[in-house]
Amino acid sequence: MQKEYTVTVYTEDRIGITNRISVIFTRRGINITSLTTAETEIAGVYKFIITVLSERERLEKVVGQIEKLIEIHRAFVHDEDEVVYQELALYKISTKSLHNGDIEKIIRDNNARILTITADYFVLEKTGHQQELIAMLEKLEPYGLIEYSKSGRVAIVKWSRRFHEHLKDLSLIEADNLKD
Amino acid sequence: MQQKDVLPMKTEESDKRPTAAPAEIITGAEAVIRSLIAEGVDTIFGYPGGAIMPIYDALYDFQDKVHHILVRHEQGATHAAQGYARASGKVGVAFATSGPGATNLVTGLADAHMDSTPMVCITGQVAAALLGTDAFQETDVIGITMPITKWNIQVTRPEDIPGAIAKAFYIARNGRPGPVLVDITKNAQFGKLDFQYKACEHIRSYQPVPQLKQDAIAAAVELINNAKKPYILCGHGVLIAGAEKLLIEMAEKAQIPIASTLLGLSAVPVDHPCYVGYLGMHGNYGPNINTNECDVLIAIGMRFDDRITGDVNTYARQAKVVHIEIDKAEINKIIPADVAVHADAKAALEAMLPLVKPAKHEEWLQSFKEADKQEYEKVQHNELYPKEGMLKMAEVVRIISEQTEGRAILVTDVGQHQMVASRYYRFKDPNTNITSGGMGTMGFSLPAAMGAKVGAPEREVVAVIGDGCFQMTLQELGTIYQSEIGVKIVILNNNFLGMVRQWQQLFFDKRYSSTEMINPDFVQIAKGFYVPGRKVSERSEIEAAVKEMLDTKGAYLLEVVVEQEDNVFPMVPAGAPISSIRLE
Repeated sequence: MQKEYTVTVYTEDRIGITNRISVIFTRRGINITSLTTAETEIAGVYKFIITVLSERERLEKVVGQIEKLIEIHRAFVHDEDEVVYQELALYKISTKSLHNGDIEKIIRDNNARILTITADYFVLEKTGHQQELIAMLEKLEPYGLIEYSKSGRVAIVKWSRRFHEHLKDLSLIEADNLKD
Repeated sequence: MQQKDVLPMKTEESDKRPTAAPAEIITGAEAVIRSLIAEGVDTIFGYPGGAIMPIYDALYDFQDKVHHILVRHEQGATHAAQGYARASGKVGVAFATSGPGATNLVTGLADAHMDSTPMVCITGQVAAALLGTDAFQETDVIGITMPITKWNIQVTRPEDIPGAIAKAFYIARNGRPGPVLVDITKNAQFGKLDFQYKACEHIRSYQPVPQLKQDAIAAAVELINNAKKPYILCGHGVLIAGAEKLLIEMAEKAQIPIASTLLGLSAVPVDHPCYVGYLGMHGNYGPNINTNECDVLIAIGMRFDDRITGDVNTYARQAKVVHIEIDKAEINKIIPADVAVHADAKAALEAMLPLVKPAKHEEWLQSFKEADKQEYEKVQHNELYPKEGMLKMAEVVRIISEQTEGRAILVTDVGQHQMVASRYYRFKDPNTNITSGGMGTMGFSLPAAMGAKVGAPEREVVAVIGDGCFQMTLQELGTIYQSEIGVKIVILNNNFLGMVRQWQQLFFDKRYSSTEMINPDFVQIAKGFYVPGRKVSERSEIEAAVKEMLDTKGAYLLEVVVEQEDNVFPMVPAGAPISSIRLE
């Protein structure tokens, strides 16, 4: 059964890594629905957080093939309940809608915050799970939404302690100094 | 053939051309050659062109240390490097220029990737400042070869050359071997560096040799010791690990039948009492049907290719599967393992051998012999010893096998002749079977045989090639002549793309769409390249013709006209259960 999964991949810092990873999903016809990547707490080690709709068994094989790549430390598949995660969305709304009294309730109910206000528009920020971000989007639609932008997923794995200790050990081993 | 950029270089660049370097400050181009020498390279297959000219210029000063073989097409360089690697056990090396030179490497890289062949390809690239601008002969070879190499890297600074080459060799030869491509921009070749070579010994994100898990070994041995019908499938990994002796010892100790995959052929001598034959679509009858009869299936260094398994849903369902494999991604990829031994085949067998208890499985082994008898009567006898009609591929292979005493390196291409040669050549020594297994690359064998002969000059190297395959890379006869490579070339000519024709006959109502070949005079072609040859179509002449070929010093081409519409049997139809193997 197709479900949403989070795939995490720990990599060396090297040009073309995104390509190497994504091509493995492409070969099996799996669409990446979001991708977030940034350096981890270990300098030189990057973490990719990828969300996909697929089956666990297929993804285990994908992850196996990703791990084969020389510059990958490890890759994992996680169910929804194995990760604590957040996504972030920004909403740009016409300032005129401020005249409408209900907007305050939406901001309060959603724990959203205002990032900026100009004469023409203001920008709201909300973090949460995708469905919460979309729920607020739907509420804002009638107020003259100008633009909506959502991030990929940021996730912490619930059972990651041992692996992160392994990563710390790695930081003691020098990465080669080849530059791309 | 594409235009190669061989115009004189601009004066600005000429000034930077390699000269006698003071101390250890040398050019990137020279660093390439000296790094290769440091890795033990003495043979390179390649083709020059604009973007790799500085490297070729540096090579000119090292001709006493490195033998460069000028091929006729870059695809030939890759297959020659593959043949060289498989015959010598060393890493094959190929050079090509940027653009079309680099794209011509693609087929060979993909082939080496599928068949776990260690190879390092070095390509020239336009100057770093021109990258991404669609400069003359610029192509994104890194992007193109990403999914078909074990690793690749672009080097744009001279000081990164030794490190990149060190890493390339480490990756190509360790773990599951594979091809690596190093793309070096022209400015990096011209630029200077302080040369110091340090071999790569470790990459922190890559563990090539898995740690042997004793509990997995114990579980595997437990299954084997309690098996009534144990059965070993021997793959290429056994040869790569150099584990063939251990495998035979284990098989003898517990009397376990061994069957071989296409690339596992030659690991076990064909006449060994435990050897039961060849697996897969055109494999032997017993090894296929008994896969679905055994109780413990011990797969070693193999990846359950679809040509081996047929329908996976009916494959060895009754058996407990022990899968010994160095590449973790292959474990549970196709056939779930009851016991997964993630290990190098040699390390695993070394650990298992003392724990495996002596046993006898006479009746079980006998069941293979009985199946063999059926196959011999229904198929093999007529193929090997026909009395009338045109010559058959199998009898030609039998005669080559007899006259070389099974001791030649057999290099085959792809199709009917490959299956027949793999079925009937009686291999005696390990690493004497070189063929394109995973990719099924037509045109592989002529250049691969060339590379094999260069890698193992003391051995007889016989390339068995179909008429279609030969015409894909026949220009390498030029290389064979120029570099005096003594390969024996046997073209089994049925004037058809035989395997496709066989499928058309069996599965497409004999609609022979574009499979008939109106062929040239192959012996005349060879003559044009100063390679002697002979054409034979009579049974009475074949023994003498093979003898004449083997007695000839240097290269020789033997064209044998064989039956046109011959089929290879047994056959498992694609995607069918292996137990449905057809004998006719």
